[in-house]
Order: sequence, then C-alpha cells, then structure tokens
Amino acid sequence: MLCDICGKNQATVHLTEIVDDQMSELHLCEECARNKSAQMEQQFGLSDILAGMADFDKPQKAAETVSLKCPNCGLTYVEFKKIGRLGCGDCYAAFRQYLAPLLKRIHGSVRHSGKFPVNREQRAEQPRAKNELQELRRRLLKAVEREDFEEAAGLRDKIRDMEDNQKRQATDGGDNES
Amino acid sequence: MNLSDLLNHTSEWLKGAGANSDIVISSRVRLARNIDKMPFPHWAGKKQAETVIEKARALKENVDFLKNTSFLGMSELDSVDKQFLVERHLMSHELSQKPNSKALIVENSEVFSVMVNEEDHLRIQVMQSGFNLKGAWDIVNGLDDAISREVQYAFSREWGYLTACPTNAGTGMRGSVMLHLPALVMLNQINRVLAAIAKLSFTTRGFYGEGTQAAGNFFQISNQVSMGQSEEDLVGNIDGLIRQIIEQEAQAREALVAREKAMLEDRVHRSFGILRNAHIISSKETIELLSMLRLGCELGMIGDLNRSVINELFILIQPAHLQKLENKKLSPEDRDVKRAEIIRGKLNAV
Repeated sequence: MLCDICGKNQATVHLTEIVDDQMSELHLCEECARNKSAQMEQQFGLSDILAGMADFDKPQKAAETVSLKCPNCGLTYVEFKKIGRLGCGDCYAAFRQYLAPLLKRIHGSVRHSGKFPVNREQRAEQPRAKNELQELRRRLLKAVEREDFEEAAGLRDKIRDMEDNQKRQATDGGDNES
Repeated sequence: MNLSDLLNHTSEWLKGAGANSDIVISSRVRLARNIDKMPFPHWAGKKQAETVIEKARALKENVDFLKNTSFLGMSELDSVDKQFLVERHLMSHELSQKPNSKALIVENSEVFSVMVNEEDHLRIQVMQSGFNLKGAWDIVNGLDDAISREVQYAFSREWGYLTACPTNAGTGMRGSVMLHLPALVMLNQINRVLAAIAKLSFTTRGFYGEGTQAAGNFFQISNQVSMGQSEEDLVGNIDGLIRQIIEQEAQAREALVAREKAMLEDRVHRSFGILRNAHIISSKETIELLSMLRLGCELGMIGDLNRSVINELFILIQPAHLQKLENKKLSPEDRDVKRAEIIRGKLNAV
C-alpha cells in the first residue's frame, strides 16, 4: 500500500484519527508520518498545555504574570485580577491561558455553542469546510484501496489546496479568532 | 417621548396576559454585547465612551427595529426620572450611577430597551408578560441580528460574545422569569425550592432588585451559566425549571385552600380592606398586602378585580412613580400619603 500523502513510498505507519466523532484512517510512509506528527503537535498545542501545567505547579511565576498586558487596551492581568472586569474583547486572547480555566470553572465549558453575529456568518461555516476535507480524505482512502491512482492523485491535490486555504484563513483571522 | 407619557399607560409586561400569568409576572431575556476593539465602559476614556454613545445613536437611526424608540442620555435626566426608569425595570440602578456617557434606548411600548455603556457597551433586553421566555428570545434575537449588521461585535468563534465580566461570556444571554410564589412562602416550602434552584446553577433575586429577596413574595429566577449551550437550549433549561416551580406553587395554593381556606380568605380580605381604606401607608406594608390581594384575586376570592390593576400598583407605589404622578418632589411622609391615595383610587374604582 502506498502512502496517502505522498503517494510514492510504501505506507508503514497506520494512523486512526477521530475528528468531531468521525473516524478516518491514514496510511503513511515514515517520512510523511514524521511531518504529520509535528503538525499535530502544533495543532493540539501540546507545548501550550505543558507550559500551562508548569505554570500551575508554580503559581508564583510573578514576573511573567505581572508583565502580562492586553496589547489593545493596556489592561494588565494583575489589574483584571483586582477589578474582576476585562478591559476589552482582545483581553480574552491576551490572558487566554488564565481565562480558559476560569471560564471552565464558571460555565463548565469553554466552547461557545450559540449564535454568531450576522456579519461573521461566513466564518461560522468553516466547520463545514472541515467536514468536506474529511469527506475528501475518505474518498482518497477508497480510491487508494481500489488502486485507482488517477482518482487518488486528483483527490490528493484537492486536499492540499483546501488545507493550504484553511491555513491562510487561520493566519488572516483577527486577534479574537484564535 | 416625554417620560410622563409612560405614566399613562401600562407597560406591556405588566398586562397580566400570557401563559401562567396567575403565577408568572413576566419573562425577560437580555443579551450583553460589546463593540470590537473598543475598551469596555469601566475601562474606556471619556472620548471612547462618547464614541460608543454616538454609535448607539446611529443605531437608533439606522436599525428599523429601533425607529420607534427614544434615546435618553443619562446626564440629561434628573434623579427622579432615572429612578422612574429603574422602577419600571427598563434599566438597572447601575446605569443611573455616574451618568456621564451613559444612555438608554427605550421602545415606546416598553417591550424592549437597550442600555448603553452599562457594564457592557450594549445590554439589549426584551420583556414579555407572563411565561414567555421563548417569545422574548425570538424578539431579542432579531433585534440583535439587526444591530450586528451595523456594528462589529467583540466576538470569538471559540468563546462567543466577549463581555466585561467573564461570567457573561459565550452567549451573553441571561433569561429571567419573575414569579409570584406566596403559597410556597406561606407553607414554608420556599427555602427547599430556592436551594434546589441554586444547586442547578440558577440564581434568584427579588422584584425590587438585589437584596429584596422576599418582598411581595416575588422571585426572579435566571440562568447563571452562559457558555457551552445554545441560546435555545438555555431558554429550554430555564423553561423546564420554571414549569416545575409553577407546578409546585399551584399545588401549594391548592393545599392552602383545602386546609386553611378561612384563614386565607381572612388575610386576603383584611389586606383588601386596609388597601382600600388606608390614608397613610408605607411601601413595605403595601407590597405585603398587595401580594396577599394578588393571591386572593387568582384564587377567585375577590370579585371583579383584574390582575393587571394589581400588577400595575406594584410599580406605581414606588417613590419615583409617586413623584412623577404628583409632578413634584415628595418627602417620605408625603409619599406615604400619596401612595395611599393612589391605591384607594385604583381599588375603589373596581
């Protein structure tokens, strides 16, 4: 079996991904697998989580906390702690690492499931693009299984284009879009 | 709009109409919204706060929904006028404090109002008579859509609407229902109910604001959590809880009538008697007696009295309303006299 990503080398790594309750399988060569795992680490912010945990262990990491400041409105994290009110919408991104656990404690959840402003509806449709990507990956797997390499190559190109697009959109997003 | 015009008509939410209005006074949904990049009111400089006021003024011009409204700058109102708006539940006490760069947009039939530069840039609220949270949500949802076409909200796909206090982030939505629960109070069942409500992450406040818990046996119940669920789900959750409380109050009323009918009739008619005859009466006594009268009215113990008359009296007997009615400042002693006069007028006319 050939690698799903490069389509050249023999697939030796078999990966099962579950995204939004949908399972997909990837068969990769060693090289692509290594790239993919680096990418995954970035996506899931493994290093962030670890940094956050480190912070929990040492709550008096005062120097960094004191200097934490919202770039938009200038409110510092220390001021927020004192008055219990944020300074502007951008503070949420600026104090993200501290606010996430706080929001979790208050609401029991850290994911907005409600409406979107009318003028942001287009961005709200991004999850649909994600599903489309999954669908393409599934079709790629099927194509590879029936050894329809022409179809597989076409699908692979589509997937790459789409991934590139998403990456571009992600970097274009505003400060609050993280 | 002249504020005194409001005196001459009953607020939509006080009409005593709508589902379960024997127990539910009103349903309210409010949304907290902020403008992207703009410092929140407590953190904004004077100029920035004024910019928000100007944006709100433009909204009144550009949003069809807001055509039939009045724009009231807080610094242009005297203290009685501001208190008057608080008493009518059109705005919070907080908005009337430090009035600079604060404003209220109020729809002429008082179905909705928008507080500008309160804790958040915009607090959009819709009030409905009776048990109708879903109806209130539908209206406020449309209003919010219309406003979001005109201003860029502070919003994150992950955390939703970003608010000054993190307790409001997410949907920015607070749904609340005002209940009249005299029978649960009389049967000493209310603490059990309130404890259950608190356990389920809902909060309870009184009719006349914070710290007035039991006045008139009114309880305002609202959601505490605003993130992680859709607005419809939040409304559904409050609805479910309120339905149970309504059921409990209805059972308590039945039990009271079955077990202590004579006592109940006595208290209701004594209350009616005092209210119709007193010449000096404090607001505290009035509220207690009106609460009994309202219960009696719902249990059919009092002939033709309409609940909207009683609902309205709860509002009219407050200090600023009395002073607006009299059109001058009144000392507390004068207010007790004026209050008794208004009540006699309303209750003896029926």
